[in-house]
Amino acid sequence: MKKVLRFLFYILVVGYAVITLGPFIWSIITSLKPTSELNTFAVNIKNLTLDNYKMIIIKFPFLRWIFNSALVAVIVTFGNMLFNSMAGYALARVNFPGRNLLFMVVLALMMVPGQVVMVPTYIILSKLGWINTYMGLTIPFLTSSFGIFLMRQFFLSIPRELEEAATIDGLTKFGIFFKIVLPLSKPALATQFIFMFTGNWNSFLWPSLLTSSDNMYTLPVGLNSFYGQYYQFWNQVMAGAILLTLPTILMFIILQRYFVKGISTTGLK
Amino acid sequence: MEAKMTMKKRYLYEALSGYAFVLPFIISISIFLIGPLIYAFIISFKEFSFLNPAINKWVGFANYIKLFSDPTFKKALLNTTIYSIGVVPTQLIVALILALVVNSDIKGKTFFRVAYYIPTVTSTVAVSVIFLYLFKADGLINAMLAKFAIQGPTWFNDVRFALPSIMMMAIWSSVGNYMVIFLAGLQDIPTELYEAAEVDGANKFQRFLKITLPMLRPIMFFNLVMSLIGTFQVFDQAYVVSQGTGGPLDATMTVVLDIYRTGFRDFNMGYASAMAFVLFVIILILTLIQRKLFKEETY
Repeated sequence: MKKVLRFLFYILVVGYAVITLGPFIWSIITSLKPTSELNTFAVNIKNLTLDNYKMIIIKFPFLRWIFNSALVAVIVTFGNMLFNSMAGYALARVNFPGRNLLFMVVLALMMVPGQVVMVPTYIILSKLGWINTYMGLTIPFLTSSFGIFLMRQFFLSIPRELEEAATIDGLTKFGIFFKIVLPLSKPALATQFIFMFTGNWNSFLWPSLLTSSDNMYTLPVGLNSFYGQYYQFWNQVMAGAILLTLPTILMFIILQRYFVKGISTTGLK
Repeated sequence: MEAKMTMKKRYLYEALSGYAFVLPFIISISIFLIGPLIYAFIISFKEFSFLNPAINKWVGFANYIKLFSDPTFKKALLNTTIYSIGVVPTQLIVALILALVVNSDIKGKTFFRVAYYIPTVTSTVAVSVIFLYLFKADGLINAMLAKFAIQGPTWFNDVRFALPSIMMMAIWSSVGNYMVIFLAGLQDIPTELYEAAEVDGANKFQRFLKITLPMLRPIMFFNLVMSLIGTFQVFDQAYVVSQGTGGPLDATMTVVLDIYRTGFRDFNMGYASAMAFVLFVIILILTLIQRKLFKEETY
């Protein structure tokens, strides 16, 4: 009886992995199929080809979109890691008048959905001439209340004695932050990095609002517009989808050991 | 006297560094969040178009009143509510089960953790086109259903199935997120609790009911709020699947998609801002109810 249960349990475990990975595997296979074999489910290994990838890269601005996405995601991610940890640290460990009020503001802003400010932000950015620019795609997104909250929770868990010793050694608050606190924060920073990078790389609503010329599209916006025009060419659409998914999946696989650790140390609870 | 001076100086210095640390955040939220929030609130009482300033005028509560008789908005609100009610509980239950699974002593734990999490790091646009492909009328899923003599619907193109298809896709692609947070919570439960319960003769199920679930309450609260907030903001999938129309027949029209279309396709920006504030209030109320129910365990 116990063995049967164990067996059923493994079927479930493996079955769910098939459900999560299956769609990716099928879309990778499709992205390698020649167009002549699109309407069959059979896979002819001899005929698999990288032509679809070549095609979308040569004939469409996919490389430009990848570049745009990477640039924007890197700037936004590092901006957030720096500014959120600075603010989070101040809220956790620096005494200044108004600190509690500011923390209340952070908590309150976490509840504001970004879509509420879509219209005014668009107006501000177009007055600044930042529509279809990298400035518009990055500068409004350099800090996040949620990220600050997470970093604050993490910094509260670092023993105070370390900082007190450093103060006696004559380090300033900035010195303590950059030389002692940040090096201790690798797991929390790794978590922020994964969240921010994937969030931004995958972001669709804001870039589609803030770009209208196709050489400024990010990859998700580009893929959506490509799908809208060439949806019959599923092999090429799937090639685009794989280009969009691969970087975040690889990054996650590389950094995954930091992940659960990071979440439990940033105190998501 | 001198000691007092240095104390004062040090305090002043600390306060100034505090402000320096939070300055980027304050500048950023002032320009890109709090300022726009006030601006949005003001124009929600106006007829307002950025492209055609000639029409800008105060209309009082007209935008908000109009919402109650706007069939598209009502449909969008209904769809979003159905979406949320369907997605949130399913997502959390599946996530909790998966977290228990990958926290148990199964073989290949790391592999399954990664496998279950991968959809979460994937772009919603990519997921949407992949699902559109799998679920197209003559796609893989319908071919598999045909093996069991089931005639599959046209999923995303069918008025009845379009919304449930998006819901299924959303559950598939975000369960991993909540799983990891549950997992972190599970790993924080002191093992002594389980050991003590085992000594007292509690079986696995009793231990789950009496230890795991109560200990997970704060995490449950956190996940519930995040999931609710997230589902009420659904946009990407609905946009890609319907190519921005919310179709077929408004079946995939969501609140955010309606805001987007009203503000940036019809350039009816005052009205769009009123919609956005309704969404804001809904999310606010949900969060506050949740917080009351779980009695401030989170912060």
